[in-house]
Amino acid sequence: MSETPKKASNEGFLWLLFSAGGVVAAILIPIQLFLFGLAFPLGWLPQPSYDHLVYLMSSPWVRLYLFVMCSLPLFHWAHRFRFTLYDGLQVKHLNEVIFAFCYGGALVGTVLAAYLLLSI
Amino acid sequence: MADKIVLEIARYAPERDDKPSFQSFEVPLRKEWVVLDALNYIKDKVDGTLTYRWSCRMGICGSCGMMVNGEPKLTCATFLTSYGNNATVRVEPLRYFPVIRDLVTALSDFLVKLQKVKPWLIHPNQPPLSAGEFLQTPEQLDLYKQFSMCINCTLCYAACPVVGLDQEFVGPAALALAQRYNLDNRDQGSAERLATLAHPDGIWGCTFVGECTRVCPKHVDPAGAIQQYKLTAALDWVKSFILPRGHKDAPQETAHD
Amino acid sequence: MTEMSELNQAAHTEFHPRWYRKRLSTWWWLGEWHYLVFILRELSSLSVAWFVGLTLFQLRAFMRGPDSYGRFTDTLQSPIMIALNLIAFCFIMLHAITWFNLAPRAMPVRVGGKRVPEFLVAAPNYVLWIAVSAFVAWLLLRTS
Ligand code: SF4
Ligand code: FES
Repeated sequence: MSETPKKASNEGFLWLLFSAGGVVAAILIPIQLFLFGLAFPLGWLPQPSYDHLVYLMSSPWVRLYLFVMCSLPLFHWAHRFRFTLYDGLQVKHLNEVIFAFCYGGALVGTVLAAYLLLSI
Repeated sequence: MADKIVLEIARYAPERDDKPSFQSFEVPLRKEWVVLDALNYIKDKVDGTLTYRWSCRMGICGSCGMMVNGEPKLTCATFLTSYGNNATVRVEPLRYFPVIRDLVTALSDFLVKLQKVKPWLIHPNQPPLSAGEFLQTPEQLDLYKQFSMCINCTLCYAACPVVGLDQEFVGPAALALAQRYNLDNRDQGSAERLATLAHPDGIWGCTFVGECTRVCPKHVDPAGAIQQYKLTAALDWVKSFILPRGHKDAPQETAHD
Repeated sequence: MTEMSELNQAAHTEFHPRWYRKRLSTWWWLGEWHYLVFILRELSSLSVAWFVGLTLFQLRAFMRGPDSYGRFTDTLQSPIMIALNLIAFCFIMLHAITWFNLAPRAMPVRVGGKRVPEFLVAAPNYVLWIAVSAFVAWLLLRTS
């Protein structure tokens, strides 16, 4: 019990991000991955035309939707994967490195998503 | 041919052995016998040195927990017949605990953790006895009742991989018991408990494997208690962040400063 | 605890027992069915990251124009990508289902002081899931 309570509080914040990301990932990703990853490439359903996508992307709501769909699930990944590495491989001594890799990755992905969606 | 069953029992004598080994015993298979009856049969009739704990033989004292075929079980509530005639049943001490002898585990570690979460009513401004009894509605009782059913059998510790991975992890039963007192409206100790509970070795160490809940013989649902407390602690953090001063019952402040 | 491990290492004497403590193997999650399901559930996070990465590439291709986007959708048709996406989809479904089913345990709902049965709390999750999925599919498939 050496760490300061401050650190403990941050865990709460990270856990909130993890949970919010978990909800978003559970509700939004299955249909999105099913359509773009399987149904369209395999020709089960007609691929939406580029113009239709342009039309959809012109809405700020769609872009906000895509931003949420990218950023929160990344923080979900960061949290879960951090613990999978700690526990699954018993590498808790690499604590700082893993922490930086996971949350750093999530931050970079979030910034990238914001950049792409703003410049479209 | 009389029904029988073979028990493969982990034996460990600290003055003699470096590590445990298994010894097989053949035991008659009686319809109403539980694993504990077989152990008592061996101790009475075959080998008096076999060492294990038990007391109530009715699932209430929580002392007879062992690994039976790799599953944490109360041996007084695990019927031999469920393993079938001529079966071999492996009996080991509860996993992840240090072993003192044969099937007896060291509980001091667990008891230290239990004490750390202060599982008792903390009630600084208790009204005098003359003020009468403390009334609690069935709804208020229902909030914590499930978590109060724990018998400290430590089966949930033997089920939890985080306990095995991290000796400092407070663990399922202690966290659930802390929540039992946090949710009791007579208790005012949640602020005192917060530092221990909302800690990387407390609730934040839990990854919701859920095995503790599956093996608990008293349906305590420690995993649920821990997740519920995670939400409380996280929202509390948000509240104290947004309203650092106005936050009325800011437990973090009182606990840490 | 630290005193414990010291005790644990000490030699056996009459009043100072030597305890036996087994270390958890690195492969603990392979040994037991429940642990294996748990670790698969946790590994679903990799599929989440995979999907987001894919989406970022998709957005980049989209931004660069129809030709670039066409090349991106062609890549998605390669057998390798289909296989990877199929695996990712299975893991995402594992995540979604375990998430919806476990949520009521983390957030119990009480009505009139009694706890609502878990399946009744989980049901709205599924309804919402289906509704959102249908709406997204409708947006993408409707011909403007
Ligand atoms: S929570 Fe259940 S399994 Fe754990 S010690 Fe209490 S009664 Fe035993
Ligand atoms: S002997 Fe008391 S619980 Fe089994």
